[in-house]
Amino acid sequence: MSDLRHLYQELILDHSRNPHGYGLSTESPLRSHQVNPTCGDEITLAVVHDGTTVTAVQWEGQGCAISQSSASLLSTLLENRPLADVEPLVAEFREAIQSRGTIELDEDRFGDAIALNGVSKYVARVKCAILAWVALEDALTK
Amino acid sequence: MLPNSALTDFSRDEVAAIREQFPILGESVNEHPLVYLDSAATSQRPQRVLDAERDYVLRRNSAVHRGAHTLAALATEEFEDARATVARFVGVRPDELIWTSNATEGLNLVAHAMADASLDPAADPRVRLQPGDEIVVTELEHHANLLPWQYLARRTGATLRYLPVDDEGVIQGIDEVIGERTRLVAFSHASNVLGSYSPAELIIARAREVGAITVLDACQSVPHGPVDFAALGVDFAVFSGHKMLGPTGIGALYGRFELLSALPPFLTGGSMITTVTMDRAEFLPPPQRFEAGTQRVSQAIALAEAVRFLEELGMDRVAAHDARLGARLADGLAAIPGVRVLGPSAGATRIGLAAFVLEGVHAHDVGHVLDERGIAIRVGHHCAQPLHRRLGLAASARASTYIYSTDDEVDAFLAGIAEAAEFFGVNP
Repeated sequence: MSDLRHLYQELILDHSRNPHGYGLSTESPLRSHQVNPTCGDEITLAVVHDGTTVTAVQWEGQGCAISQSSASLLSTLLENRPLADVEPLVAEFREAIQSRGTIELDEDRFGDAIALNGVSKYVARVKCAILAWVALEDALTK
Repeated sequence: MLPNSALTDFSRDEVAAIREQFPILGESVNEHPLVYLDSAATSQRPQRVLDAERDYVLRRNSAVHRGAHTLAALATEEFEDARATVARFVGVRPDELIWTSNATEGLNLVAHAMADASLDPAADPRVRLQPGDEIVVTELEHHANLLPWQYLARRTGATLRYLPVDDEGVIQGIDEVIGERTRLVAFSHASNVLGSYSPAELIIARAREVGAITVLDACQSVPHGPVDFAALGVDFAVFSGHKMLGPTGIGALYGRFELLSALPPFLTGGSMITTVTMDRAEFLPPPQRFEAGTQRVSQAIALAEAVRFLEELGMDRVAAHDARLGARLADGLAAIPGVRVLGPSAGATRIGLAAFVLEGVHAHDVGHVLDERGIAIRVGHHCAQPLHRRLGLAASARASTYIYSTDDEVDAFLAGIAEAAEFFGVNP
């Protein structure tokens, strides 16, 4: 059971059950739909910003606890964050999550999202964790 | 060809002896002995199948159906012997069995050749479609037996219709949907999600009544029990080598000879012609007409060895083993609070396969808990999105057994599911 707890921390289970930012009420054109073809998980994510600050990250989708909690944690992390921070945060997240457990997310920069640190040891779950972040990256190019 | 449950399953000792021949079953995964319950996706290969392939490659390898030297003649003979062995296994003539890369390619071959024939006014009318014609599939198909028919409909203007399924996945509407306009009916023999057999006899009888061609996806039936395509009376059928102890990269298409003869080739090139000029070509009769280019010789030889292995075990007994473990899986899952088993209810015939949902927990998370214990199952939509949608799901988890699977493995799997239910706090 301890191995499972390493991946499925209480914070992850909480976010997957009571996700933050769930529901697409915004009309923002900055949106992206992403699918993980291996398991069928999908997400539609929209970003709202005022030119300097991210005001909201909204999303809808369905998937495993890792993909859902990752979207929820991402939404929490970016609200009221400077727009200029987004790109480096996504890059750091991607590097850590793909590092097979060798790089940890910095708590000062990622806050609660460091609960996703456990994912990087599980090659099969990296795609789950990264889905929302890929959607975010894509949405900002729109 | 439903399995006869009166026939005897393998004894515990016999299964142990079978397992000895599969080195991978002795491996550990995540520090646990591997429990492989994903044979419906791909089966494991016994040592002797690899040995047969290696022996051919190391001692007799050469180009088949070309060249006149001794080794080439021996290789050709062995390649054609493999065809005869596999053809006999499914009750058909060797010249009615075409090697393909996999079942998907076999289905695409029929769809593309018919699309091509439909554009040629001189082609045989039996294999030509036009607007107003109907193609019928079922709602439970694997995407491999759906997309080629979507393509054929798009190319010819024919209409694609389907036989719906009920909440248990039982195919409905055979007499209503298959009608005078129906020209082709494509369906799975056994479902890769539900584990149930389709009413093949009823569908084929109805299709014959209206003069429609039948195409059978036999990927989940040929590995798991005795199947005789000629006795079934189906026009085309496909299956895959890697799901029946054989290698990847080899599968087969059966076609009734007169229909194969009516079809133009799918791929063109070397080894499938009689005369070629700079303007045109004349094609060999089946099966060579459909085997352009260098063939998968060592894979065909390996698949024939896999067939001999299965024949020695006896397909009736393979089916009995599968049916018993399938029931153990389904009954055991149904007894866990919060688990919904897909497909036929308890007591109904199923192959050694059970897909299920743990209420409130995504299949991927269920699969992860098992993977941590070295238990390999499939999670996702299993290439059957429309069926999952019909059942109100996006994904499910699926455990599937084969000749080497044991009661203990099924029980370890069930214990893992109970543990996952507890861990994720499933409250039924």
